[in-house]
Amino acid sequence: MANTGTALQLREIASGFQKHEEKPRLSTGIPALDRLTSGGIARGALTEICGPVSSGRTSFLFALLAAATRQGECCAWIDATGAFDPLSASNAGADLARILWVNCSGNTEHALKAVDLLTQGGGFGLVVLDMADTPDLDVRRISLASWFRLRHAAERTGAALVVAETKINARSCSSLQLELKRKRPVWTGKLLRGIEAEAESRKHYHAQSAEFTAVCHEGVN
Amino acid sequence: MYACLHASGNLPLLLECARFFSPHIEEIGEDAIVFDVRGLTSLYGPPPQLAREIDRRVGINANIAIAANPDAAIHAARGFRGMTVVEPGREAEALARLPINLLCASPEVAELLDLWGIRTFGDFAKLPPLGVAARLGDEGVCLQRLARGEGNRQLRPLEDPLQFEEELELEYPVDLLEPLSFILARLLNEVCRRLDARSLATNEIRLRLTLEKASDHTVVLRLPVPMRDAAAFLKMLQLELTGRPPAAPVLKAHIAAEPVKPRRTQQGLFLAMSPEPEKLELTIARIRHLLGPDKVGVAEVMDTHRPDSFALRAFSPGVSISTTNRPTPRLSLRRFRPAKYAQVILDRERPARISSPVANGSVAVAKGPWRTSGDWWRTDPWNRDEWDIEIASGGLYRLYCELDSRRWFVEGSYD
Repeated sequence: MANTGTALQLREIASGFQKHEEKPRLSTGIPALDRLTSGGIARGALTEICGPVSSGRTSFLFALLAAATRQGECCAWIDATGAFDPLSASNAGADLARILWVNCSGNTEHALKAVDLLTQGGGFGLVVLDMADTPDLDVRRISLASWFRLRHAAERTGAALVVAETKINARSCSSLQLELKRKRPVWTGKLLRGIEAEAESRKHYHAQSAEFTAVCHEGVN
Repeated sequence: MYACLHASGNLPLLLECARFFSPHIEEIGEDAIVFDVRGLTSLYGPPPQLAREIDRRVGINANIAIAANPDAAIHAARGFRGMTVVEPGREAEALARLPINLLCASPEVAELLDLWGIRTFGDFAKLPPLGVAARLGDEGVCLQRLARGEGNRQLRPLEDPLQFEEELELEYPVDLLEPLSFILARLLNEVCRRLDARSLATNEIRLRLTLEKASDHTVVLRLPVPMRDAAAFLKMLQLELTGRPPAAPVLKAHIAAEPVKPRRTQQGLFLAMSPEPEKLELTIARIRHLLGPDKVGVAEVMDTHRPDSFALRAFSPGVSISTTNRPTPRLSLRRFRPAKYAQVILDRERPARISSPVANGSVAVAKGPWRTSGDWWRTDPWNRDEWDIEIASGGLYRLYCELDSRRWFVEGSYD
């Protein structure tokens, strides 16, 4: 009897883990990264994208925005430093009319408040907190309690919350951590054609890394 | 039972008097009004007393008539001077002496009646109805019914113009936001209740605060979707007033709402979720209060080659049609706003070394220049050479040199 009880408990725990893994996914718009992340980034969870300058973080996020807006999702882009380029987002295929842009002009505290308000409010399919140009020192000052609060808000409202930064900061609060690395830029004659980047999943058990290339839009970028 | 007031050139006075007795008032031309007085006999006594009360209230020399139907009252008021009470069932007898021209018949019918020697309502009422129908048609039948005082039409009441305004004059000046919030809540609740009663909403709320020894303070809330949520309006007004408080204590508060039809949306089973507009508007108002008015919205790329040209407009997502094509990931630019000043050392007219707050070191690859210029007819033209550079320590940047000042800037990084 005792063995049966233990087996049942183990089964319940296992099914709990399985349920945790079976969160609906939002396609990244990049097939290689979809394979890496088992279908895309999780809804109702916090995902961290980190990497150095020119590692393809913004290209990845714009592809994600394009995929989300193509599905009719409303998205929010909380721009901690005011680096959002509408033309690049539009060239990447994102529907600007469905993206609420919040320009925090370098104030990290305001960015956190804005992302908290928007995530708690619900209704957004994708909320991006762009702190890719925020100094590491400022990002490290964000307490674990704040990350936990954001993760909880995302879980409650079902929004896919993505944070872009240079280093991983949310630690256990993020369900997926993608580290992007710059491999090489692609030059053709006098033109910058794109960059080749590699993405490595830090919290995933099925795949390790994937490569993708972000190419320049034809015409003026 | 209906009462009619007739006096030339005094319509506003007549209306004011009629509003005292009834909300159902119909204007008859420029000189008369008729209104519903059913039930007032229990308050003022029998019709003659009611007529005297109306006469006392109107205060000018007007003809007053009370009858069982509006048309009989109108004809009696136009035809008889002073007060007239037409007893129910004796309308034909009471109106018999009135001249036939009061019926306002068409010129053809009026001419025929004149030829037949019909001079009064009574003469016309005596004619056989079948003969009148055969000779004068439908108009004749209708006119004869009016001449007999048998009209049975409904009143066509005046529609008051839709005004959703409330104001409150304070007993003493209020200089704190909290007590003012209670006053605003009361006014907003009343405005929203009236909007709700008429199944309307509003997309614009105007608050005007009369200040002590200062000019009026005005706040206008423009909403992308019609709403009638008093609590949300109050919160938005509070945020506005906190960000831009009145310059002096408040003496009077006036709130006006622009009535519009409420939002109607058909939700689809398979459509992606979107934020509730009312809730979203409040959230955006909070963020706007935090960051400033021009920091939140939807970016719209302008139709120009000028770098970083966009406009911000209100976020109002509609239903989007999904497309199946999957675009490839595009190399994107992260902008520095404003562009970062850079010191650049040139080698054979190409950037060889850069020093700036965002990128430092020797330049490994520099491709360019790409010359762009425009808007020379404006006060802020641009004229520059752009370079795409890769610095040795890593990082791709867009660099440009202003040709007029020969100064270098880092516009953004490719990421």
